[in-house]
Amino acid sequence: MDVLPKWADVILIPLINLLLAFIISALVILAIGEDPVFALKTMIQGSLMSTYGWGYTLYYATNFMFTGLAVAVAFHARLFNIGGEGQATLGGLGVALICLSIPWPHWTIAIIAAMIGAAAFGAIWAAVPAYLQARRGSHIVITTIMFNYIAFSVLNYMLVNVLRPPGSQDPASARFPEGTNLPTFQEFFAQFGITAFRGAPVNVSFLLAVAACILVWLLIWRTRLGYEIRAFGHSESAAVYAGISPFRITVIAMIISGALAGMMAINNVMGEAERLVLNSVEGAGFIGIAVALMGRSHPFGVFLAALLFGFLFQGGAELGLWTNIPVQLIIVIQALVILFTGALDNMVRMPLERLFLRFRRVG
Amino acid sequence: MDFLTVLQILDSTIRLATPLLFACLAGLFSERAGIFDIGLEGKMLAAAFFAGAIAYTSGSVWLGMLAAIAASVILSLIHGLASITFRGNQLISGVAINFLAAGLTVLIAQDWFRQGGRTPSLSGDARFNNIQLPFAETLEPVPVIGPIYAELISGHSFLVYVGLLSVPFTWWLLFRTRFGLRLRAVGENPAAVDTAGISVIRLRYIAVLICGILCGLAGAYLSTGLQAGFVKDMSAGRGFIALAALIFAKWRPWYALYATLLFGLLQAIAIRFQNVDIGTFTVPVQFMEALPYILTVVILAGFVGKAIPPRAGGEPYVKER
Repeated sequence: MDVLPKWADVILIPLINLLLAFIISALVILAIGEDPVFALKTMIQGSLMSTYGWGYTLYYATNFMFTGLAVAVAFHARLFNIGGEGQATLGGLGVALICLSIPWPHWTIAIIAAMIGAAAFGAIWAAVPAYLQARRGSHIVITTIMFNYIAFSVLNYMLVNVLRPPGSQDPASARFPEGTNLPTFQEFFAQFGITAFRGAPVNVSFLLAVAACILVWLLIWRTRLGYEIRAFGHSESAAVYAGISPFRITVIAMIISGALAGMMAINNVMGEAERLVLNSVEGAGFIGIAVALMGRSHPFGVFLAALLFGFLFQGGAELGLWTNIPVQLIIVIQALVILFTGALDNMVRMPLERLFLRFRRVG
Repeated sequence: MDFLTVLQILDSTIRLATPLLFACLAGLFSERAGIFDIGLEGKMLAAAFFAGAIAYTSGSVWLGMLAAIAASVILSLIHGLASITFRGNQLISGVAINFLAAGLTVLIAQDWFRQGGRTPSLSGDARFNNIQLPFAETLEPVPVIGPIYAELISGHSFLVYVGLLSVPFTWWLLFRTRFGLRLRAVGENPAAVDTAGISVIRLRYIAVLICGILCGLAGAYLSTGLQAGFVKDMSAGRGFIALAALIFAKWRPWYALYATLLFGLLQAIAIRFQNVDIGTFTVPVQFMEALPYILTVVILAGFVGKAIPPRAGGEPYVKER
């Protein structure tokens, strides 16, 4: 029973949800005695009005594309992967181990190895909860939350006891060798004598994230496996009847999801920090949930939503610099987006459906 | 390890277990009624902030506690609205509430106190002071029993005793009253409850409200009992440990007490000893910190007894089909 036309479902409802989230955020800003219009101007100024700002916006968007796609792929199999944070943390560990293992001659070789490392570590961290759900019936949401915390402990242990260079007090790995440093947009444009993106961390991984969006689209809508994942997500019993193994799809979907979340480390660990630090993920795994919900689990939607959150993240950082609004405002906006697009979806949908029904009867 | 050290560790076990216990019982009421709640963490955090903030501005810990309960209940109602009235995804709603609390507490704290997202330190009547039980001092010299009574049982704050008493109360309410029977039924088979002419929506809202009140107490204890004031992200995953304890306890009140005491003990040991030496082998502190989560995964996977959640958990109830 599709009451709503497709455009209303994919465009209108997300926009209304987003609007509600922004209105409440504006009220929050008013309540703490600041000017929402000025705040918005500051955010746009800081994130979109210079190549420097865009450089950060795209850098954050790269992270969110990976984690957003991770959540989206799992959503298609009706699995809620809250473990993106832990999977990206482990992905960072994979990247660090690869980058520090041998003196890499050139970044093109290093990035392939690092991608495999990041994806493998992320995938393993997602495969265990998937296996436990499919074979032992433990709830994947709870297990992935627990795995987030376990991942922090693993990373903490590895940084303090294994990866920390001798003589250093900081719980962080050594700097990665020169041969692993990824080219940034700044360096790319500098080749042509153009000064752009100065000091901004956006790098070649952005292109990988865009490629990942396209590949995920192909996977979900153009391959047999993608069909099986969607069929399983729609109805487990129908999928079983069609000869699709729930165990296989649960594990494979989560492996792809975890690998995508892990790949985020290419951007933030290898591309930006160039060493592994504690809490390098900075909540990007959780923002992936908001991005996937906002983007309706479609790779193109995820791409747009990731850009939006990249803007919010960079704009929020600018707010922290130039106004009295703490950067935590972005967490509030993120929460409201998740709340309205994910949990209170029916609040907008039900009246809208009634409205459309009335029009249909008249017409 | 001498007797006194053991006693001190057990003493801090009780204190560390109290917020876990409140949150665990909160989750118990909610999940027994069929509403998954992974927003325990957020409610606890919001409550901790308002308890600290109001206790500081008013100078009264009791007003702080009321504010904590109010804040937590408001978040509970949002969760109820999303998951009961609008039949949304309860897990997503819980995630949203966690972030809402994490962001708003810092925003408001910065606006009110300008101390980088924390409240000023509390002292005097703005905190829950320790209650000396009768004869604690007179009995202290008695060997073994004396120190146990004086150190371990006596000398905790009001909320610790409330927490311990709420365990038998919860048991009585859930398993010995008509309300409790209905509450449990609505988490197993809401259609049957509906057929009996009892409002599923009302019952679930009541459960969510009780959950809010208990989370409020958990948060109030964090900032006005365990510590003196609110600091950013002070709940530090306790809501999720409580959730773990709830599964560990298989959704039962007495087991919830044992599970939270066990997790409290793990925390107390992790705080007291950085690395635990077992002869030739050293257990790193990170492992101790991760142990509650590892244990939960193991329990959940059914390797040590099967944990079966309430059957209708997580599913919104639709009356008309």
